[in-house]
Parts: sequence; C-alpha cells; structure tokens
Amino acid sequence: MPTSQPASSAGPTPLSVNGRSPRLKEAALDRSSKQHPTSPHRVIDCDIHNEVSSIEDLMPYLADYWRDYISNSAFTGPGTNDYPPGAPTSARPGSVPCGGRTAGSSLQLVQEQALAPFDTDIGILNCTYRVQSIKQEDLAVDLATAANRWQIDEWLTPEQRLRGSLVVPSQTPARAADEIRRFGDHPQFVQVILPVRSYIPYGSRFYDPLYAAAVERDLVVGIHFGGAPGHPPTPVGWPSTYLEEHAGMAQVFQSQVISIIAEGVFDRFPDLRMALIEGGFIWMPSLMWRLDKEWKGLRSNTPWVRRPPSDYIRDHFRLTVQPVGAPPEPRYILQTIEQMESETMLMFATDYPHWHYDDDDDAWPVALPEPLKSNIWSENARAFYRL
Amino acid sequence: MTLELELGARPATGAKTRLAIIDTDIHNFDVYDDPIFDQVFLNYLAPEWVDHHKMIGSRSYYGGAYPRAQPNAARTDSWPPSGRPPGTDLDFMREQLLDAWDMDYGILNPLAGVGGQVNREYGAQLARAINDYQIAEWLEHEPRLRASMAVNYEDAELAAEEIHRLGNHDGFVQVLLVTRTEEPLGRRKYWKMYEAALEYDLPIGIHFGGGGSHPLTAGGWPSYYIEDHCGMPQAFQAQVASFVCEGVFEHFPELRVAIIEGGFAWFPSLAWRLDQSWQRLRAEVPYLKRAPSEYMQEHFWLTTQPMEEPRHQRHFEQLLEQMDGGSHLMFATDYPHWDFDSPDRALPATLPFETRRKIMAENARAFYKLP
Repeated sequence: MPTSQPASSAGPTPLSVNGRSPRLKEAALDRSSKQHPTSPHRVIDCDIHNEVSSIEDLMPYLADYWRDYISNSAFTGPGTNDYPPGAPTSARPGSVPCGGRTAGSSLQLVQEQALAPFDTDIGILNCTYRVQSIKQEDLAVDLATAANRWQIDEWLTPEQRLRGSLVVPSQTPARAADEIRRFGDHPQFVQVILPVRSYIPYGSRFYDPLYAAAVERDLVVGIHFGGAPGHPPTPVGWPSTYLEEHAGMAQVFQSQVISIIAEGVFDRFPDLRMALIEGGFIWMPSLMWRLDKEWKGLRSNTPWVRRPPSDYIRDHFRLTVQPVGAPPEPRYILQTIEQMESETMLMFATDYPHWHYDDDDDAWPVALPEPLKSNIWSENARAFYRL
Repeated sequence: MTLELELGARPATGAKTRLAIIDTDIHNFDVYDDPIFDQVFLNYLAPEWVDHHKMIGSRSYYGGAYPRAQPNAARTDSWPPSGRPPGTDLDFMREQLLDAWDMDYGILNPLAGVGGQVNREYGAQLARAINDYQIAEWLEHEPRLRASMAVNYEDAELAAEEIHRLGNHDGFVQVLLVTRTEEPLGRRKYWKMYEAALEYDLPIGIHFGGGGSHPLTAGGWPSYYIEDHCGMPQAFQAQVASFVCEGVFEHFPELRVAIIEGGFAWFPSLAWRLDQSWQRLRAEVPYLKRAPSEYMQEHFWLTTQPMEEPRHQRHFEQLLEQMDGGSHLMFATDYPHWDFDSPDRALPATLPFETRRKIMAENARAFYKLP
C-alpha cells in the first residue's frame, strides 16, 4: 500500500475542471491486483458514457455537404437538455475534462475513473448523442453514422476493454436498420441504444425493421435514460424541475416495458434481448404485479401475449443497477431483488460520469449471496451480451 | 399441511366481530354515450347553458380513445333492471354494494369529464350540475354516502368558486380531480384550488383517468386499452413528484391528497428514487426542507383498487412494511367497473386482523373524518 499522497501533487496537470474525483486517491492503489477492496471479483460495467462533446468531434466523419451546412447554419447538434451540464447528476466531481469539454468525453478519464477503480474486465459504452431528436431525417441519419465511426476510432480501437452501443436514427427505423447492418459485425459493438423517451412507444410495429436488424446481427437493444422527442417527459405535461424529470425517468421505462410486452415485440422477435439502462430497477416488481393482474383481465385485448407479462420480462429484459435509489432501509433493496423472482435480471453499472454514489465502495449498496453476487457484478452481463 | 387462517387473531369477545368496510371509490356517473347521462346534465344545468350544451356539448382533449373491456367499462352484472346505466341507480347500487357488503360508508366519485372541458366556463357549469345531482339524488337519500366534489380543475379560480359554493355541505368530503391533467398538479396554476379546499378542510382526491392534451405516456401514444389502463400509475407517479417537488406541502402544510384507483405498489420505489435524485439536485429546490419521501409519507393516502397482487404473500407483507404498515391505504371497490376488487377477496387472507381493519375502514374513516 503506497503512502497516501495528495492527488493534486501526483500528476503534472489536473485532468478535470470540476473538482477531484474521490477515486483519484484510490487510483494510487495497485490497479493490477485482484485484491482491490472494491472489486475482489470480476466486473463488467454495463453503463459508461462516451459523449460527443461538440459537433466538431464528428466533422471529420461527415460529407462536405453537411460540413458546409453545419457551419453555414451554425448548427450545434441535437440540443437536448436531458443532462444539464451543471447538474451533479450529469457530471460527478472530477469528471469534467479540461478544455471546456463534456463529462464523459475523455477516454483517459474513463480509463482512470471508471475502469481502473473496479479493475473492470469489460465496460459497455452508451453514447447518448440524440440524433433521434433531429427532425431533419437525413441529417440525423448521417450524424448517427458519423458518431459510430467516431466511436470506433476514438474509443473502441484504442481501448480493447470497451464495447460500444450503436447510435441509430430510430425515428426512421428502416434507416436505423441500415446503420445496424453497416456496423453490426464490428466485434466491439454489442448493442443498439435507444433513448427511453420516444415519439412512438417501442412496442409499436413501427420499429420492426430496427428490431429485425438487431436480431439478425445478434445485438442487444438497449433502452437508455433520456431523449428529447418533443413530447413532455411525463404523461401530465412538463414538470417545473429537472429533479422531477430525473427521478421520473423511471416511469418512462415503465411505460416502455408495458408497450413492448403488450404490443407483442417478443412474440414477433422471440430472440430479441433488451437492456433497460440507467432507469434503476426498484420499480420493477410493482410493475410485474400490475401487468400480470391486468393481463388476467384484459388478455383478450392482446391475444398474442400468451404468458404472464412478468415471464416475458424475466426472459427478455435485463436492467442496469444505477441509479439504485435510496430506500430508508438497505434491506428493501434485497426485498426488491427477491420480488423480481430472478437471479439473472440485474447487471452492474457505474453510470460513469453521472453521479449517484459517493464512494466506489457504495457503487453497489448491499451485500449479496452467491450466485446473485457474481451474477450482478459480471456474469449476467457476460451471458446477455455474449462477452 | 395446515391453512394458517388468522381467525385466532380476531377479538375473542362475544361481541359482534364484523369487519367494518368503507368503500372509497364508487361511481355514480360516467361519461359514456347514454341518454340518461345527458338527461342528468340537462336536469341540473343552469338554464342559460342548456342551449350551449345541446348545440356543442362536450369538447375535451379528443383523439386518445381506446375501446374498453366492457360496455361502460362495467361489470356485466351491474346493469340495473331499471335500464339505467351501471352505477346510476341508487336502489340497485344499495342492494349490490352497500347492503350486500354491509358497508359503513361509500365515497362517490362522479366521472363526468368536467375538468377536461377545453371551454373552462362550460366545464365549471357541468361541475355545478353534477354536484347538484349528487346532492338531490344521492346524498339526500342515503346517509351512508359521501360525495367528491366535481370541479373544473384546469381553472383554479372557477374550481375555487365551486368549492366556496358547496364547501360547507356536510355531504362533500373531498375535491375530485383526475390524474391526466394539462400540467403537473403541483404547478402554481392549481394552487388557488388547494387554498379553497383547505378553507373547508377538504382533501384533494385524484382519480384514474382524464386526458390532458398530452400523449398517454412520456414515450408517446400506445395502441391498446391494457396500455391505457396500465399507464395510469405512471401519470400518478408524475403527479406525486410534482406536488412534492413544487413545494406544495411547504406552502400548504395541511393539504392531504388521496390517490384513487392508481394502485399503490409503486409508491415506495418512487419515494426512494426521488430521495436519491434530491440528494444530488437539492440546490434546484431550495424551498424543500425535507426529503421527498417524508412529504409523501405525510401527505398522500392511496386507495387499494386495483390491488397489485404478488404471487407470494411474503412479498405483499414486504410491500406493507415499506409503506409504514399500510397506514395510508384505504380500501376501494371501484364499483361498478369491470376491475372491481371484492371486499372479501382483495386483501391477502393471511393479513393480520388489525392491519385488515385499518385498510378496510379505519384509515378512510380518519382521512374523510367520518363518524
């Protein structure tokens, strides 16, 4: 164990402009050791963000027409605000790179702050570049392609522990399918990422071309926090606070699960695997109970749903754990896991650089018995993503 | 194998051990195509609004309809011999519900679509008509009944006028809103209504339904009735979050809110999630003095129907543990609708007698201040 040394004097130049990561102290520990206190076990992190900091990042990957168009129109990108840059939930201390760049846009910081502390075997990147909110479809399509080429060059090629999620223009599913076929065979892309806030619910047949392509290339479809479809972020209009939008994202996930089951996505695509990312999981048992009860009463309404909805959920969905939520008693987390009646549904995630827990030791808040422990830290993800 | 019935837990006195029942969600009006409903409006509308009603009638946020499971979403056995629509025949309702289950009290929730009227003044007139109908045809004939006051909630001033008109009538025990509103209910445009309700010590009841000009889900419009029916809890969660995060309870510390026909199993997870987000984002809401879960626990009550039904009794017990033992749960049947929860079968059979007693009647008795 090295003697403690102030991190500020450890490196020549600070990497971040928003304080110091509590983990930089930890980084002084021997990273190669499997005896690291926070992770004496294998770790697969299913939610690490690699963010496009500015549309300038994508310019090298765009055609001349778009470069001119973007500079002539001073277009700066999708312009969503699902992660207000100043919110602590958007950028944990130490995660905002120097040079005015976005949290999550530096590979070096991801390596030091997300991968190293847990000695993570594999980290799955979720790029939240919202091409889905660009109403001009051709621009959305080409920006998605540019973002995916950028992911290969800037993230996947330089860091072999990382896996990527394809950015696709889901507002035009046939062209999203083209994008999936373009990159789907790249060995490091394991997922197609969709924002949970959609214009049309994800159970709709509208998305069938997208799902068909994902199944064809054996990719997971990951539904992720955020999005900017133009609809309000709640069924009752626009809330005044980001706090409501942030916490309320769990309800959007609930609506999407209902839609996907009721409208028969898994009946049309029995091999489709879906991940629910950055939505938490504590709401899942209550949704299962409600859906199963509704199905008993209303299954004639959707006759293709042949089994209780909770069976479909256990078979097809996996959920990343952060943000876990803060119950008054930690045992409520264990009760919730028990109520899901599954040992395979949860997958560990830090959600780096978003800030949910204060210390790496709290990234997963409760002690678990085996096999749940190994399953959640790594094995569920290994099987689900075929890593 | 022995059946672990809780009979031993009942009071061992020779006195009557009847379990009191208060039904907190009974419908005596529904918006469906039926000449009887229209006649009710015509009978009680102010004369100067009758022509408006006949010429134009209802204009709400149309375009989001899903065919229901049953005609009028009603139990097939709830159509009265009189030919009136389900729920609207007092004698038949008495026989099928109040007498059949020997209920102490029933709370009427008329679903008249008055708050979803885009013509606010007309909506307020419909609300007046419905409330006068409730007084004349229900409250004056059946002492076990109490009513929820219909208001045009999208215009808080009009709603407050109606609350002032009837707030001293003993038969009205809450102000009735629906969960799909134009804006989240914590927003200031609704506060004058809450202020008026508090003047008369009336709680706010938010019932399943409505259509507030937005898609049914934050992910857009779904396709099937099961999604409509199952989507309401998400709208309720947004409303609870709005009340808390807007600081409504800091401004109105006495305000009490009932969530009606929204289920309740989602309540703990919403509290935990809001608490976690608040820990990081509290600078955004400097007026909040306590964690969101504390406001929720203090200010919200929830009716039970449609009961979430875990497969294992143990899971239901855990749920109650997470909800302060069920101290804010109030039994409801949702008569005469198809998804009626029966008083003798809704709660798990093994629930301790004292818990059952509170959920079946005593929590509601205290909440609505019934004798």
